[in-house]
Order: sequence, then structure tokens, then C-alpha cells
Amino acid sequence: MGFYFAQLLTGLANASSLFLIASGLSIIFGVTRIVNFAHGSFYMVGAYLAYTIVTALNGGIFGFWFSIIAAAAIVGVIGLLIEMTILRRIYRAPELFQLVATFGVVLIFQDATLAIWGAEDLLGPRAPGLDRAVRIMGEPIPEYDLALIAIGPAVLAGIWLLFHKTRWGVLVRAATEDREMVGALGVNQAWLFSAAFVLGAFLAGLGGALQIPREAVSLQMDLSIIGEAFVVVVIGGMGSVSGAFVAAVLISVLNAFAILIFPQISIVLPFIVMAVVLILRPYGLFGKPGSEHVGTEEPEQPLKLMSQKSTMVLLAAVMVLAFSPAVTADFTSILLVDVMVATLFAVSLHFMMGIGGMVSFGHAAYFGVGAYAAAMMVKFLGFGMLPAMLLAPFFAAAAALFFGWFCVRLSGVYLAMLTMAAAQILWGVTFQWQAFTGGDDGILGVWPAEWASSDKVYFYIAFVLCLGGIWFLRRVAHSPFGYTLRGIRDSQTRAEAIGVDTKFHQWMGFVVAGSLAGLAGVVFAFSKGSVFPDTLGIAQSIDGLIMVLLGGIHALAGPIFGAVAFVMIEDWVTRLDYWRFIFGGIILVVVLLAPDGIAGGVNRLIRAILPNQKGGAA
Amino acid sequence: MTMIRRTVLGALAALPLMGFGPQVAQAADTIVIGEVNSYTRLPAFTEPYKKGWQLAIEQINAAGGIDGKQLEVISRDDTGDPATAIRIAEELVAKEGAVLIFGTFLSNIGLAVSDFAQQKQVLFLASEPLSDAIVWSKGNKYTYRLRPSTHMQAAMLAEQAAKLDAVKWATVAPNYAYGHDAVKAFKSELSKLRPDVEFVEEQWPPVFKIDAGSTVRALEASKPDAIFNVTFGGDLAKFVREGSLRFLFEDRAVASLLTGEPEYLHPLGNETPDGWIVTGYPPADIDTDSHNAFAKAYTDKFGEAPKTGSIVGYNSVLAIAAALTKAGSTDTEALLAAMEGLEVTDSPTGPFMFRAADHQSTMGAYVGKTALVDGEPKMVDWTYADGAAYLPSEEEAAKLRPAE
Repeated sequence: MGFYFAQLLTGLANASSLFLIASGLSIIFGVTRIVNFAHGSFYMVGAYLAYTIVTALNGGIFGFWFSIIAAAAIVGVIGLLIEMTILRRIYRAPELFQLVATFGVVLIFQDATLAIWGAEDLLGPRAPGLDRAVRIMGEPIPEYDLALIAIGPAVLAGIWLLFHKTRWGVLVRAATEDREMVGALGVNQAWLFSAAFVLGAFLAGLGGALQIPREAVSLQMDLSIIGEAFVVVVIGGMGSVSGAFVAAVLISVLNAFAILIFPQISIVLPFIVMAVVLILRPYGLFGKPGSEHVGTEEPEQPLKLMSQKSTMVLLAAVMVLAFSPAVTADFTSILLVDVMVATLFAVSLHFMMGIGGMVSFGHAAYFGVGAYAAAMMVKFLGFGMLPAMLLAPFFAAAAALFFGWFCVRLSGVYLAMLTMAAAQILWGVTFQWQAFTGGDDGILGVWPAEWASSDKVYFYIAFVLCLGGIWFLRRVAHSPFGYTLRGIRDSQTRAEAIGVDTKFHQWMGFVVAGSLAGLAGVVFAFSKGSVFPDTLGIAQSIDGLIMVLLGGIHALAGPIFGAVAFVMIEDWVTRLDYWRFIFGGIILVVVLLAPDGIAGGVNRLIRAILPNQKGGAA
Repeated sequence: MTMIRRTVLGALAALPLMGFGPQVAQAADTIVIGEVNSYTRLPAFTEPYKKGWQLAIEQINAAGGIDGKQLEVISRDDTGDPATAIRIAEELVAKEGAVLIFGTFLSNIGLAVSDFAQQKQVLFLASEPLSDAIVWSKGNKYTYRLRPSTHMQAAMLAEQAAKLDAVKWATVAPNYAYGHDAVKAFKSELSKLRPDVEFVEEQWPPVFKIDAGSTVRALEASKPDAIFNVTFGGDLAKFVREGSLRFLFEDRAVASLLTGEPEYLHPLGNETPDGWIVTGYPPADIDTDSHNAFAKAYTDKFGEAPKTGSIVGYNSVLAIAAALTKAGSTDTEALLAAMEGLEVTDSPTGPFMFRAADHQSTMGAYVGKTALVDGEPKMVDWTYADGAAYLPSEEEAAKLRPAE
């Protein structure tokens, strides 16, 4: 009995840590609608700052807690600077665009932290006065765990009081419900947003600072927490702080007990819980309908077919690409294959997000299924390259058919997070099921057939498949089916009123996007010769998301611009020292210069140069 | 006007392709070596490694190079992604004219590059990845590996663990191939030496995401006599801290893989556990002429003591230099022939050779115990374990490899 009680307490201590970071994320999203990828960076920087201040002060109990608060406060100030210099300028950009900026911030923070604090992990001191364990029912419980168990609910109570007993808090809640109305009532939104962002950053910094008696401060802290923090926010219901608390407790306690029975479960447990919760409750445990937010804005202009001149430019570009192997060296063809794969992947994601209005944080699932299906057909069934290439996208389609059925029942951020859960569960199975998928050692030896093994021949195979896929998606976007999808995106109610089966159309849109992502995965697998679980990972999904958003979600050409720019810039900057800093900086510059994405920026540029043109990148 | 505009636009479209044309071959008096590693993903380990190979290159070039030719390393960051690593490897070979590739840290990237090496027929020296698969189940003609593998280091620990009275063992290892391999090797080696041991609990925390408190509790619940630990880095610090808080290590022996390496031992600071049996590297205490010379040169150049990565980087280049000298050419077939049974007669860690049967080097590791000496974490009572003693015989090892 004592043992299980102790395990429960361990789970609750973890829950407090998780809650602190998730609460800040939830507040920021609730008020500003920013999906803040940089939240993990705030957490990490909070921990590093606390380490530095604690060790510099070395001032006993008072010094320790002062350092924690000071570190959190500094992170709050950093949050304010980021909000005022970057985010405030792009609130009018399409929904979700701000997450590109926070992605740039993540990159910059990673290299800045490395430069300031060095590569080695730093083990801070234990909390003075709380550095031992006490016996409860005969089991040793660290005193600091008990402190954390108290701090979590205390912070929750503090936030509750702030939100219910102060005018500012009431405004924040009002803005979470309906920010246009709050603005209409004359509240200065800019400062409300700044304050919410600062509070969120402060809480993330506090969460990180409070970790130093428990773990070594390391450069992996940011990415290792961010996924789980999002999961907690979504399970709790977007914008609901008490929901985040319940979700944090649920996940942490479940994990503490699950590892007694099935230790391997930890890698996917939060995502399984999230998937179950979202299937049963489409708005999370405490979220309200309408808290999903992403997607429904004012309807955009109808798609235009390209003007004759734009078509000529496009054809010229395709011709240049087609003839490039004749003038460039082999390794350039390799890079261009990567560019084409990324482009098809981004275009398929854009089809889902831009045309279908369904944001995905887990599009890599279908890319990875395509890659793995092809690799397994070659390795285990002895298929040739071409049959594997043709059949594998159907497996991606099947996966999309299955997961899509669940996903299209949700909307906005909840839908996005369910796609992420699907991808993570697939990733976990692939990672764990070593006998079948090779686990993280992957599947090797998936090279093109003999006749296609030269880089130039494979370039043309990739050229045909990727450009064919892009052309197909473009055709579908201009087809009645594509128009119906766009109609559903712009107004689900009206689409239903005229007799469209909205769920079915979205489901099929999901499948089309998934299949084409699978095709990209197939081309990828044969160009690299091996597949690893990374192809299904969050990083792959996020790369795609950044390409689409950076390129411009409102233009069909957006994902093409985005993918080409992303791959080319990354290939170039990784040659440099501190490239993440530079890459992050480039992303921020693009974001600030072109809040409508690269496609929008290019369009404006063309119109500025050629005033009589209407711009063709539709 | 329209025509002009189209021409201009067409030219603009072609612009990005410039600079991708074939490059002029390297000057004839240098030998270009390609290097790929996870510099941004795992700087704690790869920074010392980079310094190690830089020092070796500098020393070899200062001594006149290889047959009068200077060595030049072109080093790139793989960003922790196997697909990127392959693109870079391709570029190093095709564009930069690298005669061979070395490096990589993460096992999956090591495997991806080794598969690439086989496909493109270029020599690859896997410096750091520990995975047994690289030389055994997925070994190939073009891939050699320097560092003592998971299996070897686990066997070194099993040998020491067998001397303990402990019968009931629990294991904790990160949930990925490295952890799986290590636990499997430790179990089989220990059971060979001590058929009476039993394994009563396994914990598999996700790598870099350990829930240390719960894991410690789960281990404690099985009441083992001893624990075999494979966690490292941040997970290790958390595990040590939560474990000692909860008295997990009281009266229990712990055998711990890699924990004696300065990269992992140093961050533990004054919380370093006492008397854990570990594999690692005690840079300050090795008193051989070769090591003293290396350590002095390294400290003079970089202002810090060498770490395990430094040794790995340094020995990689020594091995490459020996192979180039022996081959007398940069032709891949000649290099492959030279690598078979290649002996490196003098290195900071002593002589080692590359076994022809499974392409594994016999470079060893240091086995000892952790201790706090004057407030500094150290390895004490250590001995050098020559890798050759912990490998299966060449005949057995050859059977572990796929037929060629």
C-alpha cells in the first residue's frame, strides 16, 4: 500500500512540473491564439538562468527561492521582448503563421544557449532545506517532491485568483472567449496580449527553474518537454488552465503506474491518452466548443487559374529543372531530389491545410508509412523498385483512411493534435516493434533498381513522380471536389445547408493528401537507401508545416516556394558554425518582411515591379 | 518588351542553379577526408571529438603529412538526421573529392552512412556509434568501426559484475537500440560467467525523457541485489539524483555503462555515486608516454583536459593515416585492403588493430570504479581492458555478418 501511495506522490510531483509549463502555454494560446513552439525554449532558459543565479548567489534557502523567481522573471522579460519586437507585428497574419516565428525563436535560443552555457550538462544544487527524503508509510519520499506537489496547486490557485479577482484577469478571460468583442469595447489589445505572453513565459521559466533540484540542465530540455506540454493543454481543453492541471495529473500518474506493468509504454503514453480523450471529447476535458480556433477566418478569394504569362514562367522553371542534370554535377541532382520530395510533401500538406482547412501537426505519418511500406516490400517481399513505388502510396492512403475518419470529426487545433497523436503512435509502434520494422536501426538497403541507380536516372524518376503528384493535387484543387472542400473550409454550416456531406468530403481530402505524402515518402526512401522512424517523427511533420506556412498558406504556389526555400537555405546554412542561429534569424526576417508568406511577398514584389500585372502565383 | 521580360525572368529562374556546377578538383598535394557528425544535436560529445581529430590532423601535417601530401578534413553537421547525413556524405564524396568518410555518433546515422558507403563503394570509418549491428548483423565490406562496441563494453562490465555476490539483477536502459543491445549483451555475458544470476526487473525509460522518480521506485520494488545501468547524459544525472534520494543505491552494487567517461561523469559533480563499476576514460591518470604526449598537446592547444570523444577523434585520424600510408594510394580498393588487419602500433590508449573478419577495432576501454577524490568525480582502481579480449573469435564474428 505504502509503495503505491509513494508512486502516486511521485506522479503528482511530476504533474506539478508539467502543469507549470502547460499552464503558460494554455494562457498564451487562449488569449493570443499563438501556438508557441518557443515555450520549451523559455522552460530551458529558465532552468539555465536559475542554475547560474543559484550557483552565483549560493545563498541558502532564501537565495535559492529568490533565484527561482528571478530566473522566471527574466524569462518573462525575454518573453516581452519577443512579443513586442516580433509577434506584435504579425498578429494580422493568417492564423498559425505566428508559429513560424516561434519556430525561428526556438532555433535562435538553441544556439544562444549553447554559446552562453556550453555543451556540457549542468547539475545544479539540490534545494537547501529540501534536500533529503522523508519516510511516509515507510517509503522514502523526497522533500522537494512534496514541495512541488504543493507548488502546482498553489500556482493554479494564484492563476485562478488573478483571473477571477482582478480586472486584468477578467479581461484575459474575456479575450479568451471573444477577442474581437474585447477589442470593440475599447480594451487595448496590444497590452493585453503582451501581458498574457509575459505571464505565460514567466510560468514556463518558473517550471524550468524549479527543475534544477531534480535534473541536470541540458540543451535537450526544450524539445523534450514541448510535445508533452501541448498534449497536456489539448487534453485539458485549449485555454483552460484548470483543465491543464487535471490533464497533467492524469498523464503523470498514469505514467508512474504504467511503467510498473509495461515499462516501454512511456514513449507514447501521453499521445495515446490524448487520442482517447479527443475521440471521446472533441474539445478536450474542459474545453468549450469554439476553443479550437484555427481555420475559420473570412473566406478568401476564389482560386484563379494562372494567367498565360505566369504559366509560361512556370513552364520555364520546370524546363530548367528538367534539364538541370545535363549541366550540374551528380550531387546537385541529389539535392534537387530532396527539394522535390520536400515540395511534394509540403504541397500535399497544403492541400489538407489550405484547401481542406484541416491543420495537421502529424502529416509525417503518411510520408513515413509510404517510405516504410516501400522499404518493407523491397526487403521482406522481394518486390522490385517500380511495383513498390506504385503500391506503397496505397498503404499511406489506408493509414489516412483509418486515422482520417477519427480526425475529421474534430476541428482546429484539436484536429491538428489528433493527427499528431496518430503520427506519434505510429512512430512509437515503428520504434518499438524491432522484429517487424527494425526499430530505430531502421531498414537498410532500399536502393533503386540497377537501371535507376545512377543519380541522374533517379532524378528523372523523382521528377516524374513528384511533379506528377504536384500537378495532380493542383488539378484536384481546381476540380469540383476541391471547390467543395474549400467551401466546407470557409463555411461548414452553409456547405451542409446545400446538402454537402462535409465529413465525407473532408475525409476524402485527408486521404488524398495522405496518399500524396506517401508518394513523397516512397521517392524519399529510394533516394536515401534506408528508412528510420525519424520519417514519421514530429520533426518531419513540423518541417512540412513550416514550409507551408512560410511559403504562404493562401496561395497554391506557397508550399512550393516554402519547400524550395527551406531545403535550399538549410542545406546552405548547415555548413556554417552556429547555423541554427542564422537559420532562425533568416526565418524571422522572412516572417517580418512577408507576413503573408513568401508567395504573398513575391506577389507584392511582382506587382511593385510590374504595376500592370495582377500577379500570377495563385 | 514582353520578350525581354520573359528572357530576364527565365534567366532569373535559372539563377539558383549557378554555383552548383562541377567544381575544379582539389589540388594534387592534399588528401581530402570527409567527416560527418551530429555537432548541433549532441555538442557535449562531438565538440571534444572534433578537437581530437583536429589535433591529430595538425600533428600529422606538421610532420610532413602522408607521403608528402597534407591531410584536409571537410567536416559537416548532420543535424541529427540520417537523411541529411546521406546527402552530405554524397556531397563530400562527389563534390569535395573525399577519399573516405569518417565520423557519426548516433547509431542510426552510422548505419545509414554505412549503407550509403556500401552502395557508393567508399570506405567509411564509423568512429563513435556503438551499435553492434554496424559491424555484425548489418556489417558490410566498406564499413569499419573504431570505438569499443556496446557488446564489448557490456562484456567488460559483466566480467567485473560476475565477481560480485549479487544474484538478483535489475536493469535500466534507455528505450532504443543502444539500450536494448547493452542489456542483451550484459545478460548473456553475465549468465555465461555466472549461470546462477537472475534478472528480476527491466526498466526502459524513453531516452532523454526519463521519469526518474517512478523508474527508481519500480526498480526498488523488485528488491534487486545489483543494478545494471545504461542511461547516460541528462537521464543519468536524474537517475543518480532520484536514486540516491530514495536510497536505491544503498548496499547495492551498480554496474554502469560509459558512466566513467568524462562527458558523463563530470556533470555529476559532487553527487557522483561511490563505487559504481563503470567503463570510461580517466584522462588525468593514464601515465604512458603516448598518452602523456597526447594529453599535453591537447591541453596546450585547447586549454582543457581531453575527454573520451577527444580520444576517439584522435585515434580515428591515426587509423586513417595508418591506412593511407599502408595503402600507398587513395584508391578505395587499396584502402579496403589496407584496413583489413590494419595495425595502429602507437596511440594514446595503446596499440590496436582492425579485425579482418568483422571490421571491428580492438581499441579497448578503461574499467574501474567511480569515486569523489578531493571533491572531483573520478575513476579509481581502473585497468585498461583490451578490446580484443571481449570480442567473439574472428570465426564466430564472421558468422554474425551477412554473407557478401
